[in-house]
Amino acid sequence: MPILVDIVTPERRLLSQEVDMVTLPGIDGQMGILRGHAPLISTLDIGEIVLHKGNDKQFIAVGGGVVEVRPDKVTILAQAAESAGEINIQRAEEARERARASVEASSSQQHNPEAVAALRYSNLRLKVARRHAPHHRSSPNFEDDAQ
Amino acid sequence: MANTREIRRRIRSVKNIAQVTKAMEAVSAAKMRKAQAQVLATRPYAQQAREVLSYIARLTNVESEMNALIKPRATIKRIGVVLITADRGLAGGFNANVIRKAATFIREKRRMGVEVEVVTVGRKGRDWLLRYDPVVRAEFTKMPDAPTTSHTSPITRVVIDDYMQGYFDEVYLIYTDFINAIRQEPVVNRLLPVEPAESSANMAPEYIFEPSPEAVLNYVLYGFTEVQILQGLFESIASEHSARMVAMRNATDAAGELIDSLTLTYNKARQEGITNELMDIIGGSAALEKAK
Repeated sequence: MPILVDIVTPERRLLSQEVDMVTLPGIDGQMGILRGHAPLISTLDIGEIVLHKGNDKQFIAVGGGVVEVRPDKVTILAQAAESAGEINIQRAEEARERARASVEASSSQQHNPEAVAALRYSNLRLKVARRHAPHHRSSPNFEDDAQ
Repeated sequence: MANTREIRRRIRSVKNIAQVTKAMEAVSAAKMRKAQAQVLATRPYAQQAREVLSYIARLTNVESEMNALIKPRATIKRIGVVLITADRGLAGGFNANVIRKAATFIREKRRMGVEVEVVTVGRKGRDWLLRYDPVVRAEFTKMPDAPTTSHTSPITRVVIDDYMQGYFDEVYLIYTDFINAIRQEPVVNRLLPVEPAESSANMAPEYIFEPSPEAVLNYVLYGFTEVQILQGLFESIASEHSARMVAMRNATDAAGELIDSLTLTYNKARQEGITNELMDIIGGSAALEKAK
């Protein structure tokens, strides 16, 4: 039994699709949602959303947000979200370098949570993008999660 | 003839101007179409956020600091205004209209004894305020044609922080609403406290909250405010480009008329010149006849 997943960001509707199961980065840990789930509203951490459909998996990087779950529908209000296919690895690497630089610049004086979040999100985007590229699939890059 | 040469020079320069304004019109038309698509893109998020918001607002047991973002304050001492204008002019009355709207709004509020400070988005609004009414709390310029949340989040931060700390008791957003390609209207919307709209009632009756309703509320309120600012920005950008498009079309038309009337004058002057020359020749030859 499929469940409808809607992912919207302030700038656009990223996707609206029926899937078998969706895995979400809940603030208190990963959660998998199937059809018939009890109504739930939860905040999301920076992490990856996985849409399972048959043997197919689709990966989406999400930069935090809120999810509303109803038995037949999951709506994700994401602060930022990109599907694996649309992330340009080279540009994402450049973005990570910029984020890293701004974290290093701020850590000397004070803790800057927004810069840290930006770095975490850009690490995640790279991880998700590499999952999409087939030749990287054998060696998923877990070290990015280390922070 | 110095006169015809002078007119020819003017015709040439007016033609150049028409060429430039025509190109600017085409550019604005293309940008307007893109901006129009953006205006629609924020709707799903805004609607969903509004629904979650109104649902949580109706939960009576939610006690949160952020709840202050929903409850109107008893006394209004100082309000904030986010004024969205363009960075550039040459867009007809676009900037002037929205600035006039803001000036009127500020005057009315002051008459009621309320202090007003402005957060400007766009160079034109900032410049006007700095010159005539320097109450600028913060300023943002150089917004791109396709802004994202990474551009609006500093604005949202400033506004929410100031509101939470009690610096502002209310925050309004003034921008130009894009109605269609030839109609744009400056509007005033209240950003904070958030007005939870009536729910369309397609939410489940009861939810599990994780980690807590407060945490969700915090996020949604922030997201909702942000999406409204982003929406205002998109509307304003679409309006700016269509206003510029119309202004440039008018300029091109005016240039065409000017060219026509200059051409007429030029031809008259040219003919007059020929007539004069003819008369000189005829007069000359008649004098020669006589002298024979």
